[in-house]
Amino acid sequence: MSDAPRPAGLERRAAMAALLANRKDDLLVVPGLGSTCWDLAAAGDNDRNFYLWGAMGGAAMIGLGLALAQPDKRVLVVTGDGEMLMGMGALATIGIKQPPNLAIVVFDNGHYGETGMQPSHTHNGGVDLLGVARSCGIATCLDVADEVALADLAARLTRLNGTLFARVAIAAADPPRVLPERDGAVLKARFRAAIGV
Amino acid sequence: MNAPPATIDWPEKLYGTLKRAGIRQVGYVPDAGHARLIDRCRADPDIHDVVLTTEEEGVALAAGAWLGGQRAVLLMQSSGVGNCINMLSLARSCRFPLLMMITMRGEWEEFNPWQQPMGSIVDPVLRLSDAEIYRATKPEEVEGLAERAVQHVFGDERIAALLLSQQLIGKKVWTK
Repeated sequence: MSDAPRPAGLERRAAMAALLANRKDDLLVVPGLGSTCWDLAAAGDNDRNFYLWGAMGGAAMIGLGLALAQPDKRVLVVTGDGEMLMGMGALATIGIKQPPNLAIVVFDNGHYGETGMQPSHTHNGGVDLLGVARSCGIATCLDVADEVALADLAARLTRLNGTLFARVAIAAADPPRVLPERDGAVLKARFRAAIGV
Repeated sequence: MNAPPATIDWPEKLYGTLKRAGIRQVGYVPDAGHARLIDRCRADPDIHDVVLTTEEEGVALAAGAWLGGQRAVLLMQSSGVGNCINMLSLARSCRFPLLMMITMRGEWEEFNPWQQPMGSIVDPVLRLSDAEIYRATKPEEVEGLAERAVQHVFGDERIAALLLSQQLIGKKVWTK
């Protein structure tokens, strides 16, 4: 654990639950590997979740391919700051395409949670991922630092009409893992069956 | 590298193969060898053309496309293969179909020696990544090999790479 003072932030499991509280069948969710994957599993299993156990840096791009293929559904990528940093070029790629049905939400706790909570580049006011997303031309960029903003983000996800990026300030805690199915072929097949492709 | 002259028709054949295969998403890092194919895809309203910052993005894009019921192809040059290696685990772990079309550098009348190290290991690296390799060295064999790669990928949710030899593309013309 880092000895640096932790910035205040939302509790990650509660934040994920709030984003998915009114989930409908037309919401498809892709988490990053690690903590956000466990957060998604903890919020309740769903065939329309595509859990990642690897592919670090790829979550947002999986979301882009899915959003382009399913324009009548909404795609929510929820990933961590470390995973987003590894694939930061994806924000440039997504900024060019601007699919109206894609939301990228980064749970930013400023740490690499899976590897021992080492500080990440966003730690203590370092790299500003919201600024990166803005400069990539993503239409709506939200800074979510409290319950009110989180509720606003959850409401926006139900009526998504433009590419959205949100940085959610998350407290640097490491809750117990909740592990979903880990067979990738099973996850893929059940996801496709659920949406009828 | 300068774009190949218009008399070369294999890029048109590849476009035809992609259309017959029902490809709806094309991820690419701009590449002179693929310039004409990229132009055709960009002009096609039924294809989402996605310019990537790095080739590994395209592996993830293709996975997302398949999750959503669309077929994708990833276009790159040989140097891009090295950028994909870990992300290829995604295709392997989940058995995502992944079709790659790769223009080769560093193997035939290459002017730039820095292309040689990656170009020389594309074939073994892809084989180790569980990709089936189809190598075209003559224009007349491009289409047939592309069709076989398509069948391998989408018929059985597998990984395949069509390697387009540098002999198909021609020498890079360097001007000062």
